[in-house]
Amino acid sequence: MTLVIDGVSVRRRGEIWLDDIHLESSGGMTTLLGPMTAGKTTLMRVVAGLLPPDAGRVVVNGEDVTGVSVRKRSVAFVYQQFINYPSLTVYENIASPLRLAAEFPKGEVDRRVREVAELMGIGELLGRRPGELSGGQQQRTAIARALARPVDVLLLDEPLANLDFKLREQLRADLKRMFRDSPGVVLYATADPNEALSFAAPAVVLGEGRVRHRGDPADLYAGPPTLEVAATLSDPPLNLLPGLVRDGRIECLGASFPAPGLTGPDRRVVVAVRPHQVGIERAGPGMLEFPAEIRLAEVTGSATFVHLLLEGGTHLVAHLAGTHPYEPGEPAVAYVDPARVFVFGEDGARLHAPLGAEVRPHG
Amino acid sequence: MTATLPSRRTEPAAEDRAQGKRRANRAWFLVLPVVVSVAFTAVIPLMTVVNYSVQDIFSPDDRLFVGLEWFRSVARDPEVRAAFVRTLLFSAQVLLLEIPLGVAVAVVMPRRGLGVPAALVLVALPLLIPWNVVGTIWQIFARPDIGLGGWAVNNVLGLDYNYTLDAGDAWITVLVMDVWHWTPLVALLAYAGLRSIPDPYFQAAQIDGASAWATFRHIQLPRLRGVLTIAILLRFMDSFMIYTEPFVVTGGGPGNATSFLSVLLSKIAVGQFDLGPAGAFSLLYFLAVQIVCYVFFTVLTRTGR
Repeated sequence: MTLVIDGVSVRRRGEIWLDDIHLESSGGMTTLLGPMTAGKTTLMRVVAGLLPPDAGRVVVNGEDVTGVSVRKRSVAFVYQQFINYPSLTVYENIASPLRLAAEFPKGEVDRRVREVAELMGIGELLGRRPGELSGGQQQRTAIARALARPVDVLLLDEPLANLDFKLREQLRADLKRMFRDSPGVVLYATADPNEALSFAAPAVVLGEGRVRHRGDPADLYAGPPTLEVAATLSDPPLNLLPGLVRDGRIECLGASFPAPGLTGPDRRVVVAVRPHQVGIERAGPGMLEFPAEIRLAEVTGSATFVHLLLEGGTHLVAHLAGTHPYEPGEPAVAYVDPARVFVFGEDGARLHAPLGAEVRPHG
Repeated sequence: MTATLPSRRTEPAAEDRAQGKRRANRAWFLVLPVVVSVAFTAVIPLMTVVNYSVQDIFSPDDRLFVGLEWFRSVARDPEVRAAFVRTLLFSAQVLLLEIPLGVAVAVVMPRRGLGVPAALVLVALPLLIPWNVVGTIWQIFARPDIGLGGWAVNNVLGLDYNYTLDAGDAWITVLVMDVWHWTPLVALLAYAGLRSIPDPYFQAAQIDGASAWATFRHIQLPRLRGVLTIAILLRFMDSFMIYTEPFVVTGGGPGNATSFLSVLLSKIAVGQFDLGPAGAFSLLYFLAVQIVCYVFFTVLTRTGR
C-alpha cells in the first residue's frame, strides 16, 4: 500500500489552508504533528476525499484518486469526537462498514467484528449502544469501526485528544502495538508531541498549512531545525529568553556565556531552554544564574512546575522532579546549564543546539 | 468566637437543621409570585369551572347542586361523542401529515450559505399570521367562485369542490389549512435538531458508503427524538383544541362535518349559556388532552432507549 500526496493546496475565502503539501508513505504509520489550525484535519479530509483540493494530487497504490468520490475510496476515518451510530449497538456499529462494503459473507462479518472488538478490548460490550458507554469505550468502538474493514488508508484525527489522561496512555500503547506492522498507510494527526515521540513513527511537522519539517520525532526533539519545530515538539512549552550575540559571547538577562561558533556582527537571538533543564538548587559550576521571584508552584505528584518571574519581567518555568513546597513570593535563583540551551536567530533558524543526545524525562 | 466553638461541636446537627429549616422557609417567599400568578391564571378559573359543573344554575341566587349529573349527560350525549371521534380523527390526520412533512422539509432545507435565512423566513411565514386571519385567508382562497385555490380545483383540475356544501370538501379544507399553518413549526423544530448534529457524523456515514436513507434513519432520526417529542405533543394539543380556523372558515358546518369539540363547547357555553353542562364538558375535554399527552410522552421517551 502506498500513498503519495503531491503538491496539495487548499484555499478557502482567500485564506491558505494547505500550501503545496508533499508526503509519501509506503505503509505503516506516519504522524502529522502540529498545533491547532496547522492544517492537519484539512489534509486528512483531502486524503479521505471529503474536501477537493484546489491543486495537487492524491495517489493511492499508484492510482490518482483526487477526483474519486469518498464512497468509492478505501479509507477509514477516526475523529476526535466519538462518532458512532447512536441507535445501533456496538456490534452493529462495527459491522456497518463491512455490510455496506457488501463484499463480506455473513460469517466473515461476524468473525471480523468479534476479532477487532477483542483487539480493542470491547468484546464484552457488543450488545450495548454508544450512549451507554464511557468516552474511552465509545472511542474504542469508533476505532474498531475503522479497523474492521481492511482499507488502503486509515486516518486518525487526534483520536485521543478528548480522552482523560489514563485512558489516553493506555489506548496510545494499544494503538502503537497495532499499527507498528500495519500493511496499510496510517496517518495519525496529533497536537501532542509526547504522542508523536512515543509512537516513534516518521513525523511530518505542519504549521500554518505548510510542511515545516519531517523526520524521526526523537531527532527533531533533540535537534529542531527551527524555533517553530522546537516549540511544536515541546510539552511543557519551551522557555524563551532574549539574548544578544556580542564578541563571541551571548548575553542573556545579565548572564553571559560563550557563543559556540557564533561570529559576526552583534545581533539579537532567542535563547530557548526546556523546563526540565532549569534548576532552582545549584547543580554545578559554570551555570547561568537568574535572580527571580516564585509566582506559583504546581505539584503534580512526581514533579513540580515552578513558575518564576525574572528581573525584567520574563517568565520562566522550571520542571523539577519530586515535590517542592515553594511559596509564592519567595525569592529564588534559577540556574541554567549553558551547555543545554538552544539558540535561535530572530528569523527562527537554529544557530546552536546542545551537543549529544538530550536526556528526555518520561511523561 | 472561641466560646461558641465548643458548643457548636457538641450539637452541630441540631443547630444546622434548625438553621436549614429557617432558610428553607424563607425560600418560599421566592416562589410566592409564581404561586399567585398561577392561582389567578389557572387554578381559580379551573375551580370556577369545577364549581359550575356540579350545579344547575338558574340565576346567580338560584342554584341547585346536582352532583355528577352533568358529567353523565355530557358523556352520553351523542353529539359530544361524535365531535370527540371527529376531533380525534382530525388530530391523528394532522400528526400523520405534519410530522413526516415537517421532517422532510427540515432535511432538504439548506445547512449553510445565503439559503439558510431565506428558507427560514419563507418557512416561518405562516406562523407569523394571526389565527383568525389564517381562517379568513383560507375562507376566501378556497371559495370556488372568487378564490384562487377553489377556482383552480374546479376549473383546472376539473374536480367538483365546494367546502360550503360538501362535508368531505370542508374537512379537507380545514385539514390542508392546518397543514399549511403548522407544518412550519414542526419543520423549524426538526431543523434546529438537525443543525445540532456535528458534520463528522455525516462524513463518517459518507466514508462508510451509507445511503441517504440510512444516514437519515441511523444518524438524523435518533438525534431528532427529543424535538419530535415536543413537536408531536404541541401539534396534538393544538389540533385537538382547534377552534379559530374552522370557526372562521366553516363555522362547524356543513351540518356537523367540522364541529370539533371546541366548536361544540363554545356553542354550549357561550351560545346557549348552559354553564353546568359546559363546565362538565370542559373538564372531560381537559382530562382527555392530559391522558393522550401522557401516553404520547411515555411512549416517545421510552422508544429507542
